[in-house]
Amino acid sequence: MAVLVIADHNNSTLVPITLNTVTAAQAIDGDVHLLVAGNNAGSAVEAAKNIAGVTKVLHVDAPKYEYQLAEALTPIVVEQGVNYSHILFPSNTTGKNVGPRVAALLDVAQISDVVEIISSDTFVRPIYAGNAMATVQSSDPIKVITVRGTAFAAAEATGGSGTVETVAAIDDPALSDFLGEELTKSERPELTAARVIVSGGRGMQSGENFDIIEKLADKLGAAVGASRAAVDAGYKPNDYQVGQTGKVVAPELYVAVGISGAIQHLAGMKDSKVIVAVNKDEEAPIFSVADYGIVGDLFKIIPELDEELIKQDIKPH
Amino acid sequence: MKLLVAVKRVIDYNVKVRVKVDETGVETSNVKMSMNPFDEIAVEEAIRLLENGTASEVVAVSMGVQQCQETIRTALAMGADRGIHVKTDEELQPLAVAKLLSKIVEHEKPDAVILGKQAIDDDSNQTGQMLAGVLGWSQGTFASEIVLTNSKVNVTREIDGGLQTIAINLPAVITTDLRLNEPRYASLPNIMKAKKKEIVEMTPEGLGVDITPRLTTLKVTEPPKREEGIKVETVSELVEKLKNEAGVI
Repeated sequence: MAVLVIADHNNSTLVPITLNTVTAAQAIDGDVHLLVAGNNAGSAVEAAKNIAGVTKVLHVDAPKYEYQLAEALTPIVVEQGVNYSHILFPSNTTGKNVGPRVAALLDVAQISDVVEIISSDTFVRPIYAGNAMATVQSSDPIKVITVRGTAFAAAEATGGSGTVETVAAIDDPALSDFLGEELTKSERPELTAARVIVSGGRGMQSGENFDIIEKLADKLGAAVGASRAAVDAGYKPNDYQVGQTGKVVAPELYVAVGISGAIQHLAGMKDSKVIVAVNKDEEAPIFSVADYGIVGDLFKIIPELDEELIKQDIKPH
Repeated sequence: MKLLVAVKRVIDYNVKVRVKVDETGVETSNVKMSMNPFDEIAVEEAIRLLENGTASEVVAVSMGVQQCQETIRTALAMGADRGIHVKTDEELQPLAVAKLLSKIVEHEKPDAVILGKQAIDDDSNQTGQMLAGVLGWSQGTFASEIVLTNSKVNVTREIDGGLQTIAINLPAVITTDLRLNEPRYASLPNIMKAKKKEIVEMTPEGLGVDITPRLTTLKVTEPPKREEGIKVETVSELVEKLKNEAGVI
């Protein structure tokens, strides 16, 4: 039986984690279908059918699908989903919001944040902020899964030639309305897709001081992140938060600046390939996961690092 | 309006959890247990709505072993009016909890159910959404602000790109994110008062819900360990290592 992936998108482009979710789906079955529910989402559908390995795209278009609200989206996912053995959502705020509602209506469990597919019914997922890994087996006829993007490579965005099938929208009681959003505008890469991330913590002491983090990030072509402590203190908005309940990231290089390394933060970044920690406290837990640590004053070290990158003529990849 | 809050008893967030040697789970004996931090935020939000006159009653529900009553007492000490304990020694998975809560909702008829967005033990992030699905209610998940208007709630949600605000119909399920509020500590007089508040006991059988787990945990293991790293003395040494040893810049 084919596997259904629920695409996350903004009606014009796919959210990158959708590609990682497709890779996870391919580990279950070679026949992968994508559901694109949106409003005037033609270009997202075009992108979906070009993904390598996607054999079919189900396209449903109506104004109520514009913002992927759970109440509107769930009935169409349930209607289509019963034809599949597995329904996979990206484990981002859209997938986390909709997936469990779909699972409940199908009367099945959801397997959250899957990081490894052992077989069609057995999966590995982190528990206790990643301090333990659980291998779980599902006895349900349909497996509803959210996929941790960092655990699977992105599928090729091109090379596919999926067919497109138009699906009719479903009436629902219209329980929710979109009022507005405040999205962080940034020229820098998106956190979960960035090759390099520079994050600041409580040690930054203020939002203004993040300037030096941003300057360094631009030298490295990096995204900027923050610890929960820095977000709670108001230095940066919530969408910068890396950690158990924020974003889970696994870049090539993660630079933790003035971050002590609470369990909750480590849960969100310890799968990074290379970790650098800058902290004045040599006992800080962040050093236990860092490949390279420097003990010292970040307000001295970060500008120095900045200059050294210029001196050695290091440019973003 | 009447509010229901759901609270879970979990290993305290300050405890470093250890995987059992036989790989059947994590060590829970002699480990400090507390209310799930996200549920504390849910209780706090409900109490604030009670204090500002929006809500008329707050009922705290917990499910599981006998000691869950301590978690309910914590909610009562914070200011909830009464408690409901669904008692069972069996494992409860999110779908079962959602179904049990839906039965309690049928009895209690609250206008909204507020609960944490996820529990810090299984990190599932499912129960609220499942409850909303089972009840056919609207859902305001990952809330960082809640504003009640006539028959609607405006919920500001923490989403990947920033913040999103939606208007949802009542009755509704709301799940709390970190920045909704800062939960209070219960005062000693309130802890004493909470001892006299009522906790009603129920059972899954009594509520007519099949709680058979749908997922079987085959094993629980340690996560892969990172190799111990090194400390470097200078910034130029760091750049040299990143460039030539790690090859990431």
